[in-house]
Formats: sequence, C-alpha cells, structure tokens
Amino acid sequence: MESEGLLFQAFIYLLAAVVTVPIAKQLGLGSVLGYLLAGVIVGPQVLRLVGRGEGGVMHVAEFGIVMMLFLVGLELRPNLLWGLRGPIVGSGGLQQVLTTIAIAAIAMLFRLPIQVGLAIGMIFSASSTAIVLQSLSERNLLVSKAGRTSFSVLLFQDISVIPILAILPLLAVSGAGVKTIDSGPPWQRALVILAVVLAIVAGGRFLIRPVFRYLASIQLQEIFTAAALLLVVGIALAMQKVGLSPALGTFLAGVVLAESEYRHELESDIEPFKGLLLGLFFISIGASIDLRLIAQLPLLFAGLVFGLIVVKFLILLVVGKLSKLERSQNFTFAFALAQGGEFAFVLISFAAQNQIFDQRLGNILVATVALSMVVAPFLFTINDNFVQPRFSSRLPERAPDEIDEKGNPVILAGFGRFGHIIGRVLNLQGIKTTVLDLDADQVDLVRRLGLKVFYGDASRLELLRSAGAERAKILVLAIDDEEKSMQIIETARKHFPNLTILARAKGRDHAYRLVREGVDHIFRETLGSSLDAADAALRLLGVRAYEARRIVNAFRKYDEEGVRELAQYSENPDELLTRARKRIETLEELFENERQRVRHADVGWDPPKPE
Amino acid sequence: MSLRVLILFAHPAFQKSRINRRLLHAVQGLENVKIHDLYEEYPDFQIDVKREQQLLLDHDVIVLQHPFFWYSSPALIKEWEDLVLEYGFAYGVGGTRLAGKRMLSAITTGGPETAYRRAGYNYFTIREFLTPFEQTARFCKMEYLPPFVVFGSLRLFDEEELAEHAAAYRRLIEGLRDDRFDLTQSQLPDYFNVILASQTDLV
Repeated sequence: MESEGLLFQAFIYLLAAVVTVPIAKQLGLGSVLGYLLAGVIVGPQVLRLVGRGEGGVMHVAEFGIVMMLFLVGLELRPNLLWGLRGPIVGSGGLQQVLTTIAIAAIAMLFRLPIQVGLAIGMIFSASSTAIVLQSLSERNLLVSKAGRTSFSVLLFQDISVIPILAILPLLAVSGAGVKTIDSGPPWQRALVILAVVLAIVAGGRFLIRPVFRYLASIQLQEIFTAAALLLVVGIALAMQKVGLSPALGTFLAGVVLAESEYRHELESDIEPFKGLLLGLFFISIGASIDLRLIAQLPLLFAGLVFGLIVVKFLILLVVGKLSKLERSQNFTFAFALAQGGEFAFVLISFAAQNQIFDQRLGNILVATVALSMVVAPFLFTINDNFVQPRFSSRLPERAPDEIDEKGNPVILAGFGRFGHIIGRVLNLQGIKTTVLDLDADQVDLVRRLGLKVFYGDASRLELLRSAGAERAKILVLAIDDEEKSMQIIETARKHFPNLTILARAKGRDHAYRLVREGVDHIFRETLGSSLDAADAALRLLGVRAYEARRIVNAFRKYDEEGVRELAQYSENPDELLTRARKRIETLEELFENERQRVRHADVGWDPPKPE
Repeated sequence: MSLRVLILFAHPAFQKSRINRRLLHAVQGLENVKIHDLYEEYPDFQIDVKREQQLLLDHDVIVLQHPFFWYSSPALIKEWEDLVLEYGFAYGVGGTRLAGKRMLSAITTGGPETAYRRAGYNYFTIREFLTPFEQTARFCKMEYLPPFVVFGSLRLFDEEELAEHAAAYRRLIEGLRDDRFDLTQSQLPDYFNVILASQTDLV
C-alpha cells in the first residue's frame, strides 16, 4: 500500500533523527552533523533503508530551507534590513566575487575550461544557510557582529542564485544550452519579477494581515497554523512559477510580516515544521553522498574538500578584515562560512542539465560539497575549542586603563544592569566611586555619558590595587560572572581586609557560596524586584499598601534567614538534599506558618481581647 | 459659603478596623470634603512634603482622624507633622500659611469616657492627652476645635449605636464644611459630640 510505504519512510527518517541527533548533540557535534550522519547510515550505501535522496523526499526537504528563510525574514524588520544593506552588498558581494574568481583560477590550473571553472566557482562560493544559521543560533552568536556579517553574506548568496541561474546557461560549452527559466525576453522577465515582488509586499500589507486578523478572531489554532503554512507554500509556488527562488520569495514575505502583530504566532506555528523539514533535508544530503566514489578516489576528495575550505576560509578572513571585524569575530565568521551550501546542489544539477559539465564531474562536485558540509560542524568545534579560547585567555587585548581616581571610598566592579544603578545612586550623593568593567563597549559608552569608568579585570590583584583598594572602604561586586566574583572575594580578602564586600548573587547557589565565604552583604539580583511585583499584586488585589509592604518585608526577612540556614548544608550535597526535601515536605506547613506569622505579626494594633 | 474640609486619615491596620471604617464610610463622597488616606499614600513613610503642604493650603478645615494609640496618634501622623509643618511655612519667620484654618482631632478610644478622668485608670482627660496637638495648631496660628471622640470601642458592637456614631460624624463634617456651628462662645465644651447632641435637640 502506498501509504504504508510513506509511513515506513517517515518511520525510518524519524527514527534515524531521534537516535542520531541527540547522540551528536551530546558529543558536542551539533544537530546538523547528527542529521547528516543519520542520512549516511540509513542511506543506500550502508543500511539501504532509503534511496539516493532524489525525488520526492528531497523535494519536501528543500522546503525546509524555504521555511527557514521565511522565519529569518520574520526576524528582520524592514528598517533593520535596510540598515544591513551595506554589509549585504559589500561583504556579501566581495565574498562571492573573490571566491568565484579564485576557484575558477584554480580550476583552470587543472586544465578545466574557463566556463567550467567559473561555473564551479559560483557553485562553491555559496555557503550553507541552514548549517550556518542553525549553528550560530545554537551558540547564541546570531546577534554578534560575526553573526550579522555572516547573515549578510548568506543573504547576498541567496539573492545571487537568481542571476547565477540566468548566467549559467551562457556558460554552456556548446553555446546551445537548454532554455533558461523563462523563455521571454529579458525586460519581460524583469517586469514579471518586479510585479511578483510588489504583489508580495502589497499582499503582505493589505491582504494577509486582515485575513490573519479574521482567522485569529475565529480562535481555531489549527486553522491559523494551516493558514501560515498555506501562505508559505503559496508564495513558494508562485515564485517557482515565475522562475524565482521560492526561498527568496518567502523571505520577502517574512520581512513584510515582521512588523505585523501576528509575527510571534506565525513564528511559533512554522518553527516545528521548519526544524523537521531541515532535518529531513540534511538526512537526504547524507544519503546522497556517493560513498563508493569517495572510496575509489579518497585522495582526490580529501584534496578537493580541503582546498575548497581553505580557499573559502582565507577569502572570508580577508572579507571579514575589510568589514572591520575584530579578530576573534573574524575567525568565527570565516569558520562559519567556509563550507559549501545547499544551493550548490540545485546549481550543480542545473549546470549538468545545461551540459556545462558531465554527470561524473557533477557527482564529484555533489560529494565534495556534501563532504564540506559534513566537515562544517567540526570547523565550528575547532573554532569553539581551539581558536576562541586563545582570544578569551588573552582577553585584555586592550590594556587595563590607567586609573587616576585613587582614594575613592567605593570600588564598583561591574557596571552593567546591576552595577549602574548602584553607581548612579552613589553619584547622586556625591560619593566618589571607582568603577571597573570588563566590557570594552560598555566602558566607552558609559564614559561618553560622562561617568568615570575604567576598563579592567577586577579579579587581578594589581588592578584592584591601582584602583585604590588599600584605602577604599567598600567593594561592590556587581559583576554577573559567578566564578569571577568568588575569585575577586578571595583576592580581596587576602590582600585588602579593610574592604567591606557587597556582593551580587546570581541565584540561590551563588548566595550559598557567598554565605559560606562569610560575605555579610549579599544581594540576590532578582529578589528585590520579585518582591516589588508581589507587593504590587497584593495591592491590586485590595490589600492595603502599608500591610502589603509589611507582608513583603516579613517575607524577605524569612527568606533571607532560609538562605543563610540552608547555606550551612549546601556544601554537603546529601545533607542539603535531605534538608531541602524536608523543606518540601513541610512546604505546606511552611506556608501555613508564614500566614500565621504575618497575620499575628502586628498584634500591637489589635484591640486587647476582653475575656 | 462652603468651606473645604481635609480629612487626614491614619490607620496602619485599616483592614482590622470596625469603627474608623464606618466613620470614614459615612463621609465618603461628600462635596468639598477630601479624604487623604496617609498609610495608603505613604506605606514607606516617604511623605511628599510639597504635596501635603499644597493640600493644606487648598483646604480650610483640617481633621486628623485616627485611632487613639498609646494616648496619641499612629506613627505616621507624627512623621507627617515633623515633615510637613515646616519652619517658614507653618511657623517661624514667614510661617503664616496656615493661619486662620481650623483643626480638630476625630479619634476612637478603646476605653470608656469614665476612664479618662482623675478617678479613671487613664488618670488624664482626653483634652489633656491632646494638648500636643492643640499647641501644634496654636503654634501654627490655627484654631483648635474640640475633638470628636468615639469612646469604648472595645465593647462597641451594637449596630444601632455604631450607626449613630457614623451619622454624628457625618453631621460634624457637613456642619464644619457649611460653617453651621457657633464656635464664638467663650467656653466650648470638651468634646464636639456635645455640640452635635445639642444641635440634634434643636432640630
């Protein structure tokens, strides 16, 4: 039965994903490599559970990329996109042109004709949007400068697929290639493209939003999801019809809808489909790798993959340098984009159709790109484990600032969201404060606001000394790095016993450690605002303002006592567990107790009870 | 002509109050009568001095309504006096801004009236206990009126009696607002309750 076959296929793909991906993730290899390995395993050369990945499955899987770009578009408000126009054209264009030329030149060294060389150059110049975005977001790097630049380059590559599809037929050796995407004259095609783009923008503005508003008012969750899918599928179809990249079309639709009130709902509706389909896509790539060919020519492939990555990597470093990326960011950028991309597979089959090169060379190129994608997660791992640590261990690339504020009574370490409030209050009172911060950007920003902030690592003895720790009275630890905060306490205790330490605690565990260290003034960073919120909630529920404040203050006292009590046992995990369990057991009792205590706390205001 | 009445209300545990709650309820929403709930406004004792002074300037009669705690007011009233009645505003050089206004206390006591006598267990009279308030008013050139007192709140559970006190309080506030009382007599009675009682007799 047909459906049985489909179900069986689905079963194989899902099983492969569920088994392999968590293992890969646990090993620190990232989910993309997990999917690729799963594809190799279930593929035609190992377990033979699925075919070569051509046809139906691949088609569905490619749709994952379309959805991904729709989601990327949703994240990108038009003004943000406009703001990125420089990097997109500059970094993106430079990367593509340089890579194409370099690879074409190398190909010509191997006596390939210039047309073939240029085709391969364009094919190899693209990177894998799926792998890069997935890996960067797994590392929370999308918002970093490297992430932004990577994204710009990827975006340019995606857009450039369209002109490349137009150019490739012109490179056909015979000069009589298959017809291009559309047979009309160029101006007509340009007009069609313009019309479609305008239709998407106008549709997104004036048609889609009212439709979604209506659907949301019906309050049928699955219909909303269906509509979201319909939108993406519909745009993809329309784009294919006029010969444009579906990914680009949905990306555009995403950007148009990025300002709409349904952005988050669309995002969460499409997200799971995207994830699964992308997984499917990677499995298909894994399955399509021709292991036999690789086994026959191991050295050729090793050389090709290595060469591809090295060439792209070096050019990316240059592009990153010209894009003014800082060195550690530049390495992340270059490692991220050094692999071949999924658009290569599309372009390779298109070029083969146009007889630019034969099927055998096409197979070799597919395997090379696929292998480079297999290697890509390892590149990220190398960057994470070997390259980046070099930068962070030498992090004060910028020398600590000369501090000319000796003799201030307060040293404030950390001037982020916690420290800056303390600094402002003290400043208002005219209390001289020496502020240290490790975030160079933050330091420069705050300085521009006219405050005295110095760049430097407060855990270093010399810096504390030059900040005047010998004469200061108070050291406020407002940094959010727990280990570093403990380190500073140790240093300060040893060398500056005159300092009273006020420490910010990230959470309970950190507070326990601080209590055990004997720090008297501990401030759990969210306690104050949580209690304020509780106070506001009580008042909104009709509790008198003064009573609410007293209840909250009583709770604060009770909770602080609890932390100090539990801290004694927190070093011994077993003891802490029994204590904590006991607290949970008596939680109900505890709550009742608390209620009693608060209720009877203010008996002074009660009239005496006449017997 | 209608006078403007400001009731400075202070009760740190209003949620437990029975009598002050009824009194306050009886004068809620009266025209030209502003109820200013101090513990609700300043749970942190962070009194907005400028605002409080403006409120005083905007009114002609100031009523301090509160339970009688330890022969005096709840703590926030004292804090209010300390901060709001500034030198140069309420007293001292140029401190004439409150001159001519009327002030009185409206209090509830646990013990009965008989307790506030030489023979009673509180020994002093209410008027004697209130002398700090009286002198504060005099020092600020205000006219201090006899207090309105609800005695014996500990044993006051009779609904009818409670309603009578509430109604009396309303007549007091309305009467002060409409300037209906003859306050020119050389010797006013000790408690405003007496004046109110004599008026009902007339009506």
